[in-house]
Amino acid sequence: MRSFEYAKPSSVKSVLSLLGRSFEQAKVLAGGVDLLGEMKEGIISPKRVVNLKGVKDLYRLDFSEKDGLTLGALVTLTQIESHPTIIARYRALAEGAHSVATPQIRNMSTIGGNLCQRPRCWYYRHHDINCLKKGGRLCFAYNGENKYHAILGGGPCYIVHPSDCAPPLIAFDSSVTLASPRGERSLSLEDFFVLPSQRMDHETVLEPDEIVTFIKVPAPPKGTGSAYVKIREKQSFDFALVGCAAVVRMEGGVCRQARIVLAGVAPIPWRSREAEEVLEGKAITEEIAEKAGQAAVAKAEPLAQNAYKIPMTVAAVKRAILRAAGQT
Amino acid sequence: MAATQVRGQRIPRLDAPAKVTGRAKYTYDVDQTSDPRLKGMLYGAILRSRLPRARIRRIDTSKAEKMPGVRAVMSLVGEGAEVQYAGEALAAVAAETWEQAKDALSAIEVEYEPLPFEVDTDRAYEKGLRSSPRVERRGRGEDGFDEADVVVEATYRTPVQIHTPLETHGSVVVWTGPSQVVVYDSTQVLFSVRDSLARELNLPPENVQVICEYMGGGFGSKLWMQHYTPIAARLSRKAGAPVKLMLSREEDFLATGNNPDAVQTIRIGAKKDGTFVAFSRRSYGTGGVGGGADLPAPVYRFPHLYLEHVDVTTNAGPAAPLRAPKWPQAAFGVDSAIDELAAKLGMDPVELRIKNDPSEIRRKEWQIGAERIGWKEKWRPWGSHKGVLRRGLGCGASAWGGGGGPGSVAEVEIFRDGSVVVRLGTQDIGTGTKTVVGIAAADGLGLTPEFLRSDQFRVYIGDTRLGRSGGSGGSTTAASVYPAVYDAADKALARLKEFVAKKLGVPADRLVSQGGRIFDKQNPTKGLTWGEATRLLPTEAISQRGEWRPGMTGSGVAGCQFAEVEVDTETGIVRVVKVVAVHDCGAVINRLTAESQVIGGVTQGISFALLEGRLMDWQTGLMINADLENYKLAGAFEVPEIDVVLLDMPERGVIGLGEPPIIPTAAAIANAVANALGVRVRELPITPDKVLKALGKVPS
Repeated sequence: MRSFEYAKPSSVKSVLSLLGRSFEQAKVLAGGVDLLGEMKEGIISPKRVVNLKGVKDLYRLDFSEKDGLTLGALVTLTQIESHPTIIARYRALAEGAHSVATPQIRNMSTIGGNLCQRPRCWYYRHHDINCLKKGGRLCFAYNGENKYHAILGGGPCYIVHPSDCAPPLIAFDSSVTLASPRGERSLSLEDFFVLPSQRMDHETVLEPDEIVTFIKVPAPPKGTGSAYVKIREKQSFDFALVGCAAVVRMEGGVCRQARIVLAGVAPIPWRSREAEEVLEGKAITEEIAEKAGQAAVAKAEPLAQNAYKIPMTVAAVKRAILRAAGQT
Repeated sequence: MAATQVRGQRIPRLDAPAKVTGRAKYTYDVDQTSDPRLKGMLYGAILRSRLPRARIRRIDTSKAEKMPGVRAVMSLVGEGAEVQYAGEALAAVAAETWEQAKDALSAIEVEYEPLPFEVDTDRAYEKGLRSSPRVERRGRGEDGFDEADVVVEATYRTPVQIHTPLETHGSVVVWTGPSQVVVYDSTQVLFSVRDSLARELNLPPENVQVICEYMGGGFGSKLWMQHYTPIAARLSRKAGAPVKLMLSREEDFLATGNNPDAVQTIRIGAKKDGTFVAFSRRSYGTGGVGGGADLPAPVYRFPHLYLEHVDVTTNAGPAAPLRAPKWPQAAFGVDSAIDELAAKLGMDPVELRIKNDPSEIRRKEWQIGAERIGWKEKWRPWGSHKGVLRRGLGCGASAWGGGGGPGSVAEVEIFRDGSVVVRLGTQDIGTGTKTVVGIAAADGLGLTPEFLRSDQFRVYIGDTRLGRSGGSGGSTTAASVYPAVYDAADKALARLKEFVAKKLGVPADRLVSQGGRIFDKQNPTKGLTWGEATRLLPTEAISQRGEWRPGMTGSGVAGCQFAEVEVDTETGIVRVVKVVAVHDCGAVINRLTAESQVIGGVTQGISFALLEGRLMDWQTGLMINADLENYKLAGAFEVPEIDVVLLDMPERGVIGLGEPPIIPTAAAIANAVANALGVRVRELPITPDKVLKALGKVPS
């Protein structure tokens, strides 16, 4: 790790004044779980690290029927997974947060950091490999070891997005508030993430001098059920091979609205409108849930070692839907 | 051995309080607060090759030498040298802080001339980067298959496994005089490190002191002096200050040893009634730039046997023995093939094994294990399990030597105040050796478990200033140290008895020491307590040395394991539900730590079966999972109920147990998975992608 300048301001405004015009100039520190790993491994060497933890506003966690759930960027995953209202009303989010890493890591991890974390791709994370994402000319995963890589939305880089919280948040129709010296902007969380074909140096729309401040999640209407299913190689702690967040609104035994968002299969949290369409207007049965899973992978383009993610995704989608609909 | 013994009871580790409170100082922990001689300690770091194969055109350390805090820099390779794997040491520095040392490494300029490399075992084999075949033949070899009614043949694969001890490798070195050096080393073999370093530094061995009181595992990769120890010693001499050189996790992965992979094509021939006739195995594997990927012969009875092995050279770090070196992968091959044969014959796989097992002990163990896992009630033939979640049962066999031998010199001292001090320069690699040493002394002296835990009883190990002892490898430590310590204790007790005999007016040979009393065996009420007896000593203390005695140890253990698994046929996830591990180790010295050895072996076996494996990228020649995120090790949720059955056979003497429990686990799990699914995964680790593929669910 290279030496760096460190600042711990106490307002969003002063945070923004300390950020630079490029990611190399300054990085934002929240839980540090991902950032410090990247710095210690020599993947990034920012000149300045700006600690958000002095900004009191960003610890906000509240809920009202009218405004829904508001999560400040510094709310920890432990807070999310153990919050009674989140468990009762946003089960998929509580389950997503709970499925992350270990209790120690969840105590440190913030929701803002979880959304902004960088990919786990082993080529990207290797200090002696200059891959496409790091400005090199080649995605080594394409012809190399790619069992953990993307089957949807890949190319020219085949990372998968590692967040287990983003899929449930998108499934609950969340929006995200960003702050920069140019002011605040708010956008749907779904639009916050961008594919490598659109942007290579980052996985979100964030500018180098911009930060996530709040995530807003509307109150789920009556009849809403949700679930997050995570399939991982190692049960003790691991990133998802495949994850699926399902949020369904049922009315008179029929699915009125469905949101299906996948983890671990694409460079961004992958919303599957194809799967949603299968469900809408139908009673939820195992057969329909399986069909939705099939629809989710209909356009999959696996690499040499990751076609197994296709049947695995079908299983994850099916199980998430059935649990969301209260059928298992 | 005395009639009433501490041996065989459940004795908590003597150093458990020190370990759980953090008072125990591992090599990684030592500094001037634990040893004032380490005042001014520097941090050493090693620059390693970034390429899998290259000629070093130029190496320039001049910039690094001028960096702040840098006190010593040395090149380890000359210009023109060829490096053979990524991670090979090129240069080293010592600086006042670890960060300065790392900064200095990046200031060393290395000009590489990249050379063609190969890191893939199959491609290297095809390219001819291999040894000539080594052949072993028994009976009529492969010709013996003509006597078989049924033959099965299949190819099994296991990956390169890394030792991953919790404590990474490293040494802390301080020169205490111009030709005197003290080394803290995380090692399995104190005296060999001492002698090797003395040779390297051209010092008499007694001028080198090696200390390792506590160490966080080695699993075979710390079984000799490794490269960093002399590097740390030279840096320290150059800088004129103590140097701590501990490797990073990545360096541990790349440059401290590994367990070779194996590709084994196995054929088994049998009679219709299941009697084994012939076995053949053609295997190859890579020990990186070293060799050593050969596999042991099967433990079952085969009149005709043919083994052929080829070592493949790849540009990866050299191999090192890993807990029962090569036996787990051999067992995975053999026991998988036996189950395939059982399926073909339509026979119960346990009965098939018992029929062909030459070991009387293991034949009994198969029966115990089958009963404990509920084989009769639960086992159903392959392919008869239905549903999304399918359970299956499987088993596998182990065999090991584990004998001990001479080479340890123990000392037992009895003080007038009743206290006892035991000294031996062995090392406790996490197996509980310190406690074994204590139990041997307590048994030799006739003391109680309570005495063992009291302040009056002190055991010192882990220092070459103590009596010489051997390395901790091959499961030989217990059977080597127990007799030596017992001998010293027995001799010390004999001297104490002389004073008691005089006091009681009873011949010394009629005295018995038991349960903390020394008494007349013809009149047990006539005696003295331990404290009363030791007060008779005319000097402050008496001391006796002891050496290994024949007759107290044995060799050759059997063992078998049964696994029950549950496989999710939609996700491919394998969950181990239960493992029954039946093992023998002669006389059980400490039931608690013996069971702990079995639990540890099974856990590491589960990890090998389901998760572990080194991944080398063919494009760059670099290991891409040299971290504990992507090199996956079993964690708490991977560890199932482990039912340990230990046969106590005191008549066989002390035999080691550290290695055998890892041998059959992967085989048993693989067989259980195949039993659950009706299809077999013939390659470890059994990850979800392979399970789904075996089930035919992965589109091609």
